[in-house]
Amino acid sequence: MLEVVDLHARVEGKEVLKGVNLSLREGDIVVLTGPNGSGKSTLARAIAGDERVEITKGDVLLDGESILGLTPEERFKKGVFLTFQAPPEFEGIPVGSFLLRISGKGEREALEELKELVEKLGLPKNVLFRELHRGLSGGEKKRLELLQALFLKPRFVILDEIDSGVDIESIEKIVELVKELARDGSGILYITHNPRSLELLGRYRVLRMEEGRIIG
Amino acid sequence: MITKGSISRSFVEGLSREKGEPEWMRRLRLQALELFERLSDPLWLKGIDEIDLDELVLYEKVDARATSWDELPPEIRRFYEELNLPEQEKKFLAGLATSYDSEMVYYNAKKFLEEKGVVVLPMEEAVKRYPDLVRRYFGKVFPPAEHRYSALHYALWSGGVFVYVPPGVKVTFPVEAFFLVANEMVAQFEHTLIVVGENAFLHFIEGCSSPQFRKFAFHDGVVEAYVHRGGHLKFTTVQNWSRDLINFNNKRAIVEEGGRVEWVEGSFGSRASYVYPSFILRDGASVDVRAFTIAHGGEWKEGGVKLFHVGKDTRSHVVSKSVSSSDGVSVFRGLLRVNKGATGSRSSMSCDSLLLDEESKAFTYPHNQVEEPTARVSYEATTSFLREDQLFYLRSRGLDEDSAKALIVSGFLSDVISYLPPEYASVFRRVLELDFRGSVG
Repeated sequence: MLEVVDLHARVEGKEVLKGVNLSLREGDIVVLTGPNGSGKSTLARAIAGDERVEITKGDVLLDGESILGLTPEERFKKGVFLTFQAPPEFEGIPVGSFLLRISGKGEREALEELKELVEKLGLPKNVLFRELHRGLSGGEKKRLELLQALFLKPRFVILDEIDSGVDIESIEKIVELVKELARDGSGILYITHNPRSLELLGRYRVLRMEEGRIIG
Repeated sequence: MITKGSISRSFVEGLSREKGEPEWMRRLRLQALELFERLSDPLWLKGIDEIDLDELVLYEKVDARATSWDELPPEIRRFYEELNLPEQEKKFLAGLATSYDSEMVYYNAKKFLEEKGVVVLPMEEAVKRYPDLVRRYFGKVFPPAEHRYSALHYALWSGGVFVYVPPGVKVTFPVEAFFLVANEMVAQFEHTLIVVGENAFLHFIEGCSSPQFRKFAFHDGVVEAYVHRGGHLKFTTVQNWSRDLINFNNKRAIVEEGGRVEWVEGSFGSRASYVYPSFILRDGASVDVRAFTIAHGGEWKEGGVKLFHVGKDTRSHVVSKSVSSSDGVSVFRGLLRVNKGATGSRSSMSCDSLLLDEESKAFTYPHNQVEEPTARVSYEATTSFLREDQLFYLRSRGLDEDSAKALIVSGFLSDVISYLPPEYASVFRRVLELDFRGSVG
């Protein structure tokens, strides 16, 4: 179980989170929506351990234990995974070897699995040999982020606007794959303000965030 | 014979006598000594004033000369074993020569080289066995008068390799020379001379290394390469010095009609480093340079390239990359000269710097002298910073901060590293990871 308890946080001196409470079980999907600037991405970064987000009060608990003292890499190793809203680009780091490295999986089995995922997500066939996020379109970047979640199958996945900048058909595909990921056991925090996603995920718990608080 | 300090005529004469050199070489040394005494320190040097030449061991005779690893004294052999050289030699080298401070201690060339008339010899031996051939090129490509420390080099040179590839001969496996500065307070002045005959091919690898010292050491080597008409030289140099070494590198290639040089240069370690390979291109000659340098922890790394397009339809292409971290400074000096009459010549140079923190610096000083109106030249430079979102991204994928930085650096340098032989590329990645662990940022 991943829990956020009365979380207050500042970014560049400005208070962005003002007492957020949230809980997420493995296998569940929780949808988080709300206007731009309401603090959704800050919450995602705070959970993943971005040191630029200064926690002033409250806690983030994994199975009842605080993870606030852990580095981002330690949180990743405990199964907390964030997909970036705007992933940075990396020169000279091929996608395939990067994914092998972070997964620790053997080359042969992993490559087969990756090829399947590339096809499933409609990514360019050569994407595994291309540089990480470099030269990809906005939509492709999002799909590559989702590919990582599907490949790694972490315990908890925070999808920060995985559906922005992608076409309507892709959204349906993305939601389908996210559901599949949850069925396989990952707990999903699906951050969105895309109406189509909200419609497709309507039957799950939908939380709304405004001005740094979850209001319902 | 260990000789320390006090550079004098009698010292230089003694050195020449010790090596049993012919008269012309003795005279060349003495003329160079006169030049050294007359010239003043180049103004562009930083850190050279720290060198007290009188304190340095200028020549150390090493009583070892082996053609098999077993013949080497174990205390010398272990340095090379740690560097995995015997293994590399077995696997992919046509010839290997290694130095230990002032002297070559090991050399071995595969039989097929001899059969094809290829010469791979320690420089001193080549002077004796092939005097006319050596004399034709020695000091002609990179003249002693270039600056005070090249003059010093010619006065005191010791060690180095001579490689001669006869016309039309293609040496498909690389020949490597490895230079080790094993002791502190030692100055190394090795001289390497490479001659590639008409339409011949050679891949020469130069490796340099030194262990960690308490004091410092000084490296002032020269590489001269002469590529005859239609010849092709691939030159790879990886310099992995310790941080207490001041590295002076004097390298030049003359490329005759239609000749081609591919040059890959990587340098890390050393307190201060000055590395500007230069190329003289005659009609239709071309050079492709990939260079990278890493400056961190207060190191001062000067790199760059000098291109002289003297003939028609010459081509040069340079990609230079530098990484600075933890107060490191990298400096790129590029000189491009296109002579009047070098019609149809093309040159492109790009210089990218990556800064890992705010304390580090990168400077670029391109200098173009283009006298030929039909020449097309381009120069571009970029400077980028390590971004926090990149670091956070990689950490959120399970890499600790140092590994994340090492990965970003190796990614940034990847298009240069990919030109290294695979054995060197993997060593480089390992060194990078070790180097960055706990020492950066």
